[in-house]
Amino acid sequence: MSRFTELNARRAHEIISHYPRARSAIIPLLHLAQEQEGWITNDAMTQIAELTGATAAEVLGTGSFYEMFKFHPVGRYLVNVCTNISCQLLGGEELLEHAETTLGITDGQTSDDGLFTLEDVECVAACTEAPCFTVNYRYFHRATPETFSEVVAELRAGRNPMEKGQQGDRGEIPDHGTLSRTLQHIPADRKAGIVAPEEAAQAPSWMPTETGENA
Amino acid sequence: MTTEAPAFAAGFINNQGPKLITGRFTIEDSFTLKRSLATGGYDGLKKALARPPADVHGEVRDAVLLGRGGAGFPAGVKWGFCPEGVWPRYLVVNGDESEPGTYKDRLLMERDPHQLIEGCLIACYALGLSQCFLYVRGEMALAQERIATALNEAYADGRIGRNIMGTDFSVDIVLHWGAGAYIVGEETALIESLEGNRGMPRLKPPYFPAAIGLYGQPTIVNNVETLANLPWIMNNGAEAYKTMGSETSPGTRLFAVSGHVNRPGVYEVEQGVTTFRDLFYGDNFCQGMRNGNDLKAFIPGGGSAPWFFEEHLDLPLEARPVGAAGSMLGSGAIVVMDHTTDVVKACLRLVRFYARESCGKCAPCREGTTWEEKVLRRIYEGQGRPSDLDLLEDIGDNISPGPYPVASFADQDLEAVPFPPKQTTICPLGPSSVAPISSALRRFRPEFEALITLRDSIAVSAAPIPEDA
Repeated sequence: MSRFTELNARRAHEIISHYPRARSAIIPLLHLAQEQEGWITNDAMTQIAELTGATAAEVLGTGSFYEMFKFHPVGRYLVNVCTNISCQLLGGEELLEHAETTLGITDGQTSDDGLFTLEDVECVAACTEAPCFTVNYRYFHRATPETFSEVVAELRAGRNPMEKGQQGDRGEIPDHGTLSRTLQHIPADRKAGIVAPEEAAQAPSWMPTETGENA
Repeated sequence: MTTEAPAFAAGFINNQGPKLITGRFTIEDSFTLKRSLATGGYDGLKKALARPPADVHGEVRDAVLLGRGGAGFPAGVKWGFCPEGVWPRYLVVNGDESEPGTYKDRLLMERDPHQLIEGCLIACYALGLSQCFLYVRGEMALAQERIATALNEAYADGRIGRNIMGTDFSVDIVLHWGAGAYIVGEETALIESLEGNRGMPRLKPPYFPAAIGLYGQPTIVNNVETLANLPWIMNNGAEAYKTMGSETSPGTRLFAVSGHVNRPGVYEVEQGVTTFRDLFYGDNFCQGMRNGNDLKAFIPGGGSAPWFFEEHLDLPLEARPVGAAGSMLGSGAIVVMDHTTDVVKACLRLVRFYARESCGKCAPCREGTTWEEKVLRRIYEGQGRPSDLDLLEDIGDNISPGPYPVASFADQDLEAVPFPPKQTTICPLGPSSVAPISSALRRFRPEFEALITLRDSIAVSAAPIPEDA
């Protein structure tokens, strides 16, 4: 069974409450499922379908479009090496080769100890800081084969390599699946009111009406 | 003084020009509400709330604020496309930055989320938008974290939600995050994704989601950088904004210069008055090519832009002249290649991107980009055929018919074909895949031919040995 835990079920309802239509929550809920299990299970998709009024096939249909969702187990650390143009010009492909040798796996594979999955990815928006790689979507800028090896060694030893990331983020790297370590909370007394579009068919209060008066 | 930013603002380079949207980048805790308020944060919103919404819209229209996502359409005009009397209307913020070479929106979201939130609030107030969705690219975990924290702080402080800052203006802003798909940066695909679907662009017309967008309602989709300019415009006015930059492209823009320059980085640059040459060779900017190498080619506006060369260095960083010269400034992503660059390899890598990222909705793009990649790969690997270069041009012509935008080449007596390309597809992804091929083939055809000839020479010397030998 890999349905949402009690805590995550509450989070799921909170996420759904942020949207005028529940279906809009499908992608955030898939992320939540991936945060809980490290990948997306069939049970998770069935439950997300129940929660959003979609079918499980529709949830899979949406999820399978996006490359961050994994429908099979992956390593604890997803290592993405960028080889797109800016990184390629400054050694991204050589960095990928080094990563393959260091981890003993190629693009898409997971190491035998279940610690690393390696991917050859598209531009991750760090182009001036090329070449770069990410570990569970935490950035390591201006990487060299040496820094790559050091980061891998730290992770293998259970230490935090974030200070090599040069991004001003000193937190721990969470396991694969966790993106933001903070969720948005809208206090009930502060909410302007999120309702289905058909229930909000009036001009909002601060907009002048056609006669020039405030509504 | 021009300085490189500390590690926490990696990539940003503090040059001597005006700072409209990067003013807080070098402050370590710039992403907190406390620091934002201490440095003038939300003052622009306060000024906007004291004026009628139509006035605020008018100010943005007068400022000629051009969209910073790629197409460069004036935001104030786009805002005007909402049909009258149709409610509710929504704002969707495009933070799905993923054009090859582009690094600016991530910085804006990580370093100054409150500036972006303030911009969203100003837009919502001006247009009567009842909810805003901040769509952040899935891979940008830190940006999501900083925005989530900023939203929580701003809600608690009465700056988002019900009766904002004691007025009758009320709007909810929700953080939404993607899951890895370049095409979702196209605004109708972004809306599909936000509705919980596969991120495939919608058929046009309507050309603008301002008519029919999210949940079928009028929807404004603006880029992160576009919205980040609104607080400054509210604080200082359209007239002050127009004193910077050029008449058709006022203000500043963020340009990410990557590749073979001495000091790659993200620069806030006054549009129109700075040229590519200033940017690549200026002391305040990139300080020349690495090792004093020669420039071979540069991409002026992201992977989708046709390439420029040495003779285009004196063009100003301004949308119109760059468009007329056969390319685009796109998302402000400039990739510089020196004379050591293997253009066939670079071209193959860019095309692989489009082949991977094609959503598959339109056949010319789905099939065409894959064929382009296959043909380029076999050329690169020494297996090319003499007919392959014509084949590449033919595939390109099926995705983007007619003359493709191209820069003028003095030595080939060729006039520039202005941007944008024609397309047989719903969105510009397919046509974008033609840009690197068409540019590189036109300029560096002998390098492609050499690889194909190489294959012939190898084939002769390594002819298969007959089985009975």
